[in-house]
Amino acid sequence: MCLAIPAQVVELRDGDNALVDLAGVKKEISLSLVENVAVGDYVIVHVGYALNKLDPEEAAKTLALFGELGQMDALDDSAALH
Amino acid sequence: MKYIDEFRDGDVARGLAEAIRREARQDRRYHFMEFCGGHTHAISRYGVSDLLPDNVRMIHGPGCPVCVLPIGRVDQAIGLALEQGVTLCTYGDCLRVPASDGLSLLKAKARGGDIRMVYSSADAVALAQKHPDKQVVFFAIGFETTTPPTAVAIKQAAALGLKNFSVLCCHVLTPSAISSILESPEVRQWGTVPLDGFIGPAHVSTIIGSRPYEFFAEEYRKPVVIAGFEPLDVMQAIRMLIRQVNEGRAEVENEFSRAVDRDGNRKAQQLVAEVFEMRKHFEWRGLNVLPYSALRIRSQFAEFDAEKRFALSYRPVPDHKACECGAILRGVKRPQDCKLFGTVCTPENPVGSCMVSSEGACAAHYTYGRYKDVA
Repeated sequence: MCLAIPAQVVELRDGDNALVDLAGVKKEISLSLVENVAVGDYVIVHVGYALNKLDPEEAAKTLALFGELGQMDALDDSAALH
Repeated sequence: MKYIDEFRDGDVARGLAEAIRREARQDRRYHFMEFCGGHTHAISRYGVSDLLPDNVRMIHGPGCPVCVLPIGRVDQAIGLALEQGVTLCTYGDCLRVPASDGLSLLKAKARGGDIRMVYSSADAVALAQKHPDKQVVFFAIGFETTTPPTAVAIKQAAALGLKNFSVLCCHVLTPSAISSILESPEVRQWGTVPLDGFIGPAHVSTIIGSRPYEFFAEEYRKPVVIAGFEPLDVMQAIRMLIRQVNEGRAEVENEFSRAVDRDGNRKAQQLVAEVFEMRKHFEWRGLNVLPYSALRIRSQFAEFDAEKRFALSYRPVPDHKACECGAILRGVKRPQDCKLFGTVCTPENPVGSCMVSSEGACAAHYTYGRYKDVA
């Protein structure tokens, strides 16, 4: 029910709407719950409405945190070998 | 798909699983409740629980709107369609929720009720505009994620001056449900449901922010980590919870910082406050009647309130006697503890609400985990 997916805004349209692209699927959604959305932004789409903008820097930080873990494990493994 | 695939990477998941195993202390057990059905679904679908060590257990929470919708509310919607002849619109998840007399909205549709599945509340408004001769009612359910779109629809109908559109409002509030779990005798007095922390909602929190959970961390000393709905998000959140427990902290942390901040979406909050107000009490399936746990439409928008327009009264109806949905929603039982699970109650023929939506604990376990117990 709370399912929502990140999609990229490809076109701003009249009536506070936008066209979004999700892996090639295009759909018109409403921007009436968000502010300052520009073409190229990623928004989280739920029942035809953008709930929020996605922050690419924060996403990168979270991914980096996962990545560091992987490296840490690799280090541990090599340490265990020696 | 960007921002989805990266958060489902199997190799990274194995790394996270290893980190969890390393950090979880051998001399204690960890019990965490994932509040949302979205997390329950991810945990079941991606086998996250199989990647966890034996002393880390996930408990399914009540955050599935379809699951907590009581029979009496579905009966109201069915009554509107069959007795009052309205065009009843609702989200697809609601259609198969079991109601009284062996009915569901889908079965009521088969009996001739004009019941339509819509993708968005805006579709219901458009339908009312297109058919001025029909009364169109939007059966609105969901937590804070789904409430703002309903507020927009009501304001849109007001702006258009629609006389044939109304909303049967069943929107409920996440913090109330968390309170009821924490205040339940199983957690507070008897200790039969040990609870060391919560994975906090993803999309609900995009709207309400992380602030509302601070009370639970401070007052009940339970750590909360808000997490996205992808499997790596869930695993990282579990790891953060383990760390908090190990260090004796009880704080609100935010793993889903790419979409959630402390304040949430103020514009959406304002819209909701303008259109809705608190209900004094509301019945939830499994959690009984909870005070100030749901919303109703404010009097200035009364003409769009289906309960007023059609003078509806609420009649509570008990669940099927053998159905354990109530206990499952409170974390007291697991789906496989229910006698009906997988025998008479299946996703094709659900007896209880937890078997209906893919986020329901029973449906998730039936789809992805039911052979595990056999093996």
